[in-house]
Amino acid sequence: MLLWQILIDGFAISALYALGATGFTLIFGVSGVLNLSHGAIMVAAAVAAWALAGLLGAGPWTAALGGIAIGVALATLTYFVTVRPIQRSPRVAEAEKEIFILTATLLWGIIISETIAYFFTNNAKTVLPIVEGVVNWAGVRTPSNEYFTAAVCWIAIGLLWVLVNRTRHGKALLAASMNPRGVTLLGIELSRIHLAVWLIYGVLASVAGILLGMFLGVSSYSVGPLTASAFSIVVLGGLGSVSGSLIAAYVVGYLETATAYLVSPAYRTIPALLLLVVVMYLRPQGLFGRR
Amino acid sequence: MARPALLRSRPVVAGLVILVLGCCVPLVGSGYVLGLLTVAFYTAVFAMAWDLLFGFAGEVNFGPTFLIGLGAYTAGILDARLAPNVSLWLCILAGAAAAVIGGVVLALPALRVRGPYFGLTTLVAVLMLQNMVVVFAGLTGGEIGLSVPDVMSVSATANYWIAFGFMVLSAAILYGLSRSPIGLVLQASGQDPVQAGALGFNVTKHKLFAFIVSAFFSGLAGALMVFYMGTASVGTFVDISVGVQIIVAAVLGGRRTVIGAAIGAVFLIAMGEALRPLGELATLIVSLLALLVVLFFPDGILGMLQGRSRRD
Repeated sequence: MLLWQILIDGFAISALYALGATGFTLIFGVSGVLNLSHGAIMVAAAVAAWALAGLLGAGPWTAALGGIAIGVALATLTYFVTVRPIQRSPRVAEAEKEIFILTATLLWGIIISETIAYFFTNNAKTVLPIVEGVVNWAGVRTPSNEYFTAAVCWIAIGLLWVLVNRTRHGKALLAASMNPRGVTLLGIELSRIHLAVWLIYGVLASVAGILLGMFLGVSSYSVGPLTASAFSIVVLGGLGSVSGSLIAAYVVGYLETATAYLVSPAYRTIPALLLLVVVMYLRPQGLFGRR
Repeated sequence: MARPALLRSRPVVAGLVILVLGCCVPLVGSGYVLGLLTVAFYTAVFAMAWDLLFGFAGEVNFGPTFLIGLGAYTAGILDARLAPNVSLWLCILAGAAAAVIGGVVLALPALRVRGPYFGLTTLVAVLMLQNMVVVFAGLTGGEIGLSVPDVMSVSATANYWIAFGFMVLSAAILYGLSRSPIGLVLQASGQDPVQAGALGFNVTKHKLFAFIVSAFFSGLAGALMVFYMGTASVGTFVDISVGVQIIVAAVLGGRRTVIGAAIGAVFLIAMGEALRPLGELATLIVSLLALLVVLFFPDGILGMLQGRSRRD
């Protein structure tokens, strides 16, 4: 009973984590940017979907699409407002760009979440689930939306895999993550690739955010923990390694769920953090990372 | 990096101006203003200690509050447990020592890795500490906060002078250190660790030293602040948002200047207070302002004062 409960809940939560972290690690892999406004973009997409459904009376699918649109717009804006100006700035030394981008995206994330809090208050918001009802399976009653969440996450990740490995444009992305200079020599505009990655990231983060909003609910308080969990998953898996992130997402997701069920929900995040500390000590590049 | 002597001493001039201004405030300021500035001065020390690590050693420490929190909670817990028998100053020293030890434990593995990984490790440290405070609520007071029986002084003026004196002293030591040969080696290791190593400097040793100094001042300031406030809580000492404020203060004031970090901290606290009537919008405006400075004036407030001649 309890075992199945942990297995099912953990699977859905881990799928969500995986989707959120995939976008995060994709951006790092291709453009070397750690986007600290990640949580804010996820929450913004979820709140947009919530507002569309609740305040304007849109259907769940329309609301979700609207939320994705807002999330993609915000991700694009993040790229143009914070990342690109610093990457191109002649006044910031090359070695310091990374830190400036981290600071700028962090501030940008605070700006987004404060704007949300100002207009929509700090209260937790639950997005209306697309799929309703409860499924009874293996003696565990689970909301069907949990299965839906896991399915959507894996379909999105699968589509990403097809895009990156099977299409011409996707292969350019992959190439850019391996050797940016080589890609420019082949006549491919690097800034276009960066923009494309941010657009893809926007879709992934928004879908993850909206699903999270349906699953657990979001508020501007979840911004920090969301960024931190994406961060820890990506570090655990190895920065820039998508498959590493997927595995790490499942490790973290199951650790958290098992702790919540078996020990206490209050200690939920601690084992994952401990694991992270151990990995940082023994293998700082992460489980599957490259230096 | 050759700069005219006059320009190089500009932070010193700014520091002297602050010194004179700071001495005049108790003559005219109300208790409210003094209290605000007391907090601002401790924050200034946090920011300066952070700048030594970032601006000079080139390591971005996302967990300044790990060191501050260790200092603050160690001092606070010791005082709460042993209050009448052990002097308050001993507790403060113990806090600083705990921060240094924690700093070394954190820095030894973290310094093996570079760039984002170092930042990540320090960020994780903060999250751990935050969780530990909540888990060991019996000892630390948990989310409600820990109240300490001793306070440094009940007089706002006395507290102001302690904070001000501490800040000036820390500024002098940290600034002096940054201009010393050690500071130059640190700066070299931050900008090009391979070349600095090739010149025969032990990069890791110097960075570890910077981390220890940074930890010492962070922990000391955190411990002192506990006995000014009379309470220690996650929200004032450990939370990531506190760390963000410190980082923003240092970048806002002008990194790699030490004095600029102090100016940024005082400016930030004053701004936050001035915008308080706007309620929730205050944080938004301060972050927006900080983002604009990061984007358009990467050299910060002190950099603006020094003008464009700073480019070399």
